[in-house]
Amino acid sequence: MEYLGLYNYWIAVVLLMTGFYAVIAKRNMIKKLIGLSLFQAAVFLLYITMDKVEGGTAPIFTADGAGQIFSNPLPQVLILTAIVVGISTTALGLAIVVRTKEEYGSIEEDEIQQMDGQETDSNEGSPKNSDFFVSARKPRAEDRNV
Amino acid sequence: MNLIFGIFLLTLMLITGIAVVRAKNLFVATTLMGIFSLLLAANFFLLDAADVALTEAAVGAGISTVLFLSALSLTAEQEKPCYGGRLVALGVVVITTLALLHATLDSPRVGDINAPVHQHVAPWYIEQTPILIDVPNIVTAILASFRGYDTLGEVFVVFTAGIGVMFLLAHYPHKKPHKPHQGLRHYLIQRLVGRTVIPFILLFGFYVQFHGDFGPGGGFQAGALIAAAIILYALIEGTDTALTVIPSWLLTGMVSGGALLYSGVGIAGMLMGGNFLDYSVLASDPVAGQHLGILLIELGVGITVTGVLLSIFFAFASRKHF
Repeated sequence: MEYLGLYNYWIAVVLLMTGFYAVIAKRNMIKKLIGLSLFQAAVFLLYITMDKVEGGTAPIFTADGAGQIFSNPLPQVLILTAIVVGISTTALGLAIVVRTKEEYGSIEEDEIQQMDGQETDSNEGSPKNSDFFVSARKPRAEDRNV
Repeated sequence: MNLIFGIFLLTLMLITGIAVVRAKNLFVATTLMGIFSLLLAANFFLLDAADVALTEAAVGAGISTVLFLSALSLTAEQEKPCYGGRLVALGVVVITTLALLHATLDSPRVGDINAPVHQHVAPWYIEQTPILIDVPNIVTAILASFRGYDTLGEVFVVFTAGIGVMFLLAHYPHKKPHKPHQGLRHYLIQRLVGRTVIPFILLFGFYVQFHGDFGPGGGFQAGALIAAAIILYALIEGTDTALTVIPSWLLTGMVSGGALLYSGVGIAGMLMGGNFLDYSVLASDPVAGQHLGILLIELGVGITVTGVLLSIFFAFASRKHF
């Protein structure tokens, strides 16, 4: 029973590290972003766990509730805004992934690094470049002229 | 009872979280992530955080899933197998996990009223809210008034992220002949159910927006809910139809208008002799001024959040395959 009060923290820690593992070990960029969301969710859980007061209620005054115990409203405020900011920044990350896919034709990190290596080895537009690599370059140049 | 239910939910979350990372199919991972968010929201509710639970349910389980799915439709659904480097990562993760678990042994137990977090500034907020602000929801009072600067900053982060997505995705390398997106118009059941629930989601969104002082709610939750209703409409009727209902110029106006309204309230406070974001001077009675200020800035937050989430969705949804 002594350690049961720590269960929330343990789950938060394990989830935090599960998300972190996805960020560092996975090569797929969307998987990395999912890992980042998981990491974020674990931080939210950690903060909200701290707000709980034994026997307390949600921090909203009711008409007849004199002498109520309230849970701590401050972590709730921080996390409330963090959730909405989190989804906006995740969307920004997804937008970068979509643009990467359009430019490179892949969202796997190692493949993209390989292509970048090829680009510096051989001059741009040389026959060494793979087919889609050329096609990914072309529209950009045309677009600038328009 | 609450304790057992909490442990049950947390264990489910752990299983779902590990399944998310293990899933090779990204569609499966995204769907599991939606389930994970819903479990997290239920957990927040158990921990007395009604406002946060509402936000997480609307944003995490709803909008986030839709955004990931639309990004998947533009990239690839299957993750390629990767070899090597995993053992190092696993080692780092296991060692850090053990260190962090060891650190939790010293932390106060859940629900302990003597924990340091309950001693600092929070009791002052709870004590002063009825006197200075006089709104029943303490979370709204802190969010909108006591820590209005923070919230203004968060609104500008949301605004900046929205602008960033528009910059990245509004540019088309080459235009293909435009085929209007049909949505789910030919699926009878989805269309009927969707059309029935959309008005209620919208109504609930507006209720949450304007009732945020009294119950759980406020601009962030309402923005997410209203955006979810319109995204549902766009999924059913097609993006183009939805864009005739909410044209893109209106969305751009909402993105910047909400943030402007928020800062405008702050500057109005300065012009009327107070500090930036001091609402007490907005009306003759300080408490009435606080009420007016909170209403206006929550409206600004709601408008910006709706605008940004919808612009992000339309930026992803109207981008065609290459």
